[in-house]
Amino acid sequence: MARTLINLPRNPKRGEVIEIRTLIQHGMETGYRPGPNGVTQQRDIIRSFTCLFNNEEVFRAELHQAIAANPFLEFSMLVTESGILAFTWSGDNGFEQTETRALTVA
Amino acid sequence: MRRAALALLLAPLIALAAAAQPQSGFELMAPETQAMQRDDTANPGMLWVQEGEALWQQSGCAGCHGDAAASMRGAAARYPVYDEARAGPIDLAGRINQCRVERQGAPALALEGEPLLALGSFVAHQSRGLPVAPPADPRLAPARAQGEALFRERRGQLNLSCAQCHDDNAGRRLAGSPIPQGHPNGYPLYRLEWQGMGSLQRRLRNCMAGVRSEPFAYGAPEYIAIETFLMSRAAGLLLETPAVRP
Repeated sequence: MARTLINLPRNPKRGEVIEIRTLIQHGMETGYRPGPNGVTQQRDIIRSFTCLFNNEEVFRAELHQAIAANPFLEFSMLVTESGILAFTWSGDNGFEQTETRALTVA
Repeated sequence: MRRAALALLLAPLIALAAAAQPQSGFELMAPETQAMQRDDTANPGMLWVQEGEALWQQSGCAGCHGDAAASMRGAAARYPVYDEARAGPIDLAGRINQCRVERQGAPALALEGEPLLALGSFVAHQSRGLPVAPPADPRLAPARAQGEALFRERRGQLNLSCAQCHDDNAGRRLAGSPIPQGHPNGYPLYRLEWQGMGSLQRRLRNCMAGVRSEPFAYGAPEYIAIETFLMSRAAGLLLETPAVRP
């Protein structure tokens, strides 16, 4: 399990636009670099990130080789009600991780 | 224009202040990188701190040391300290491994491996915000002297010493990058160039390879001597672990 950091405002108001920040530990190996033995290392990156709010997609991103290790993503969302946010990162070599956070409207 | 003129006027003053008291490499970073370090949810080093906290619980450190926030506070500010068994200074990573081998009967963690970096950053993180306070132990004097000698010794094909950049030319630029004073107040730190966490020893090896000299092996007493000297040189600076550096 990769470590993640997810930052949400604590008690947002209804109708407020909030900023969500996510950070995940991942090497993002490009597939272009030679390893210590001179052989090109296999690509191992996160390909996509999605954020669902009450099972409805609110944000999606495609990630590519040029993105740095431990990718940091920041996006905004309009808060309409309380609910559950599910963040999913998936990528090469069957990498898939989902984290959930509860969002409570003040 | 006016800003540039002001900067010119202030430059000698800033240089004077730098000579009087140590300046963290943080001050020379781009505002974006500074913001990244300041914000714990954007600082990638916090991932290692998290990992270290899990290891602290799993590997039984908490059994003796309890809550790290209390027991480990200040540790990183005084290390390297004198160790009887080694009859010399021991750094924080060395102490963690010594504790594992002698008290837990566990195998030592690989130097510069992810688990040791994680534990090291978690322990050092507990001292964030505290001033560097090297112990006044006279038994550390020989290591400090050796460290200072290494710091001032010219090395490698480029025939440069650490002091020539980090004392004589600190604050100026080497190609596009500012030269910091070279203080060890944020290690282990997340370096953007490495895209990962690294120890002070990794940083020292970088500089040594940069002047085209043969770096010492990880864990060499020379590194610990240099660290002992650097910590006395950085006395009073606030610890920033996990720092972010370009």
